[in-house]
Amino acid sequence: MTHSASDSERLLEVHGLARVEGEGALRVVVRGGQVAEVALSIFEPPRFFEALLRGRRHDEAPDITARVCGICPVAYQTSACAAMEQACGVRVEGQIAALRRLLYCAEWIQSHALHIHLLHAPDFLGCQDAVGLAQFDRAAVERGLRLKRTGNLLMETVGGRAIHPVNVRLGGFHRAPGRAELEALRPHLEQAVEDAAATISWVAKFDFPDVEQDYLFVSLVGDGRYPIESGRVGTSHGWDLAVEEFEPLVIEDHVERSTALHARLEGRDPYLTGPLARYALNSERLPEEVRRAAGAAGLGAVCRNPFQSIVVRAVELLYACQEALRLIDGYQPPDPPAVEVSARAGAGTGGSEAPRGLLLHRYEIDAEGIIRAARLVPPTSQNQLSIEADLRRVVEDGLQLPDPELTWRCEQAVRNYDPCISCAAHFLEVSVERLA
Amino acid sequence: MNSMSTGFHPTIAVFKFASCDGCQLSLLDCEDELLALAGAVRIANFQEMSRATIEGPYDIAFVEGSITTSADLERLERIRATSTALITIGACATAGGIQALRNFADVQEYTAAVYPRPEFIRTLATSTPIAEHVRVDFELRGCPINRHQLLEVITAALAGRRPAVPHHSVCAECKQRGTTCVLVAGGTPCLGPVTQAGCGAICPAVGRGCYGCYGPAEAANPRALGDRLLAGGMAPADVTRWFRTFNSAAPAFSKESLRHDPQRQR
Repeated sequence: MTHSASDSERLLEVHGLARVEGEGALRVVVRGGQVAEVALSIFEPPRFFEALLRGRRHDEAPDITARVCGICPVAYQTSACAAMEQACGVRVEGQIAALRRLLYCAEWIQSHALHIHLLHAPDFLGCQDAVGLAQFDRAAVERGLRLKRTGNLLMETVGGRAIHPVNVRLGGFHRAPGRAELEALRPHLEQAVEDAAATISWVAKFDFPDVEQDYLFVSLVGDGRYPIESGRVGTSHGWDLAVEEFEPLVIEDHVERSTALHARLEGRDPYLTGPLARYALNSERLPEEVRRAAGAAGLGAVCRNPFQSIVVRAVELLYACQEALRLIDGYQPPDPPAVEVSARAGAGTGGSEAPRGLLLHRYEIDAEGIIRAARLVPPTSQNQLSIEADLRRVVEDGLQLPDPELTWRCEQAVRNYDPCISCAAHFLEVSVERLA
Repeated sequence: MNSMSTGFHPTIAVFKFASCDGCQLSLLDCEDELLALAGAVRIANFQEMSRATIEGPYDIAFVEGSITTSADLERLERIRATSTALITIGACATAGGIQALRNFADVQEYTAAVYPRPEFIRTLATSTPIAEHVRVDFELRGCPINRHQLLEVITAALAGRRPAVPHHSVCAECKQRGTTCVLVAGGTPCLGPVTQAGCGAICPAVGRGCYGCYGPAEAANPRALGDRLLAGGMAPADVTRWFRTFNSAAPAFSKESLRHDPQRQR
């Protein structure tokens, strides 16, 4: 961190943003008591996924795109499968779809448990990291690690590996786990339900800065359940679209002051995706018991305070644990474990709710299944404008704070988003240009 | 930030280059050992976990990711200069990762395909392993690495011995698990015979062929496997794709992929 202060001008810079996935930095300039510039920079080097996917076979997309992000590989695999299945005119239903949702619950559990306990909570409690937190609340950190371990166990049982699962394929799975294998996880998940409930009570007591933002929420909706692995796209201004209707409306454009690519709806409106958006558009679809826990934690039907995203994440964590148990209750191993996805020339779009927000994939393939074009729209690029708007607000509200505290508050505001910066390779030109 | 009253507490740092973060996440995935580990070492620089950083020198630097920009190359050289031991973790750091597919293509064309303002992008034409640029003391393979192997590497480093990490092929792990050979019995394409063990042969265990996450095994014979895949009816372009995924810059895989490449690039 570097900072300089004078009466008229303050510069806050954080090089190497900690406790986020990937490489990012932020820069805030305050001139004459006014916030002059706020920029989140991404210096993640380009990996060119959309280019390297061309010429690959359609059935390789799930494993290749999983490598965009080590924290949400299931999101990449699921969106890739959905897009390819749509391109090939295949629908995946029944127990195969249920198994997909179960695998996705595993990712939500491990990712949310990690972010809440190890990456985000230390900010609220004035600790540099979870190791520091463990020195005065070891039980909380151990609870987080236990939850994360259960998520990983479920991931390994259904997906074959905790990071970059190997059991996912177009049309379903290579192998359906047996009932007994899933039943063996029941005690872990029952403990996880208890732990998640305790997590909600724990984070509800944190001190939240008084910030309410006027977000345009975007999330998957539909089919009567809280959205995870599939759905239509809903917005808080009343849209209800199929993912393939929504995707072309996401325009990534340049903003002069930061030269970053930012996603806007129809090239105009900034929007928010992720836990706050999912909750705002779907909270009434949560089971009664989960809604009660949310209410007891001080959440209404909509939450507009980005710092309270940690509470919403905890509510979703409880839901994911309960949902995993419910799916195991009704599980019958699908036979065969996958439907055939034969290549045909066409295009398809898939969307799913990564722990940090909506992830869209679109592919064009030829009659042999060779990918001709690919587009990946990760949650963090969609949220970049909202992150910067939050930062501006945090700085305006915190001008009286000394630089180190204000800087920390800004970092915390970025971590509210659980940003997945490796995914967001789209706007790395920000800092590449700045450094030049 | 971490201290115990006695003993040697080596200073450990974790650095990231072009990668997905999955290998350093493996360290956080050591749920049962993480707090004990934090008591046994000084974690001096691990941005994914902590905002506190301690300047070098470091006893052990773990490096994830491949080199794709000149700025990253300079950063790597600084890390090497300030670290006693440098250990690479994962396929990106040891073999260029999936992003090394650019090595078989034209990176300017790639840039223009992805970015509206390609002139802003500073990137090297290739994605290269860490060992191509600096001395590496140990390479841990995998896409991602196996967290049990990672713990073995850390334990060995603390004890000052060589990590016990096997270099034989995935086939041995299938035999250990009792998995029927998917290639011989089912005719399913499998890179297991030429891929280093370490994952636990998890792909054949779910009925699919190994796709090579751990890179070439010691004394592997990719040419024989390439011929076998062709004989089994696989098209040459598909053999190229099979050898060209997450470890495509590993010489043994690269060479076999080029042998079947219809475009014979590079």
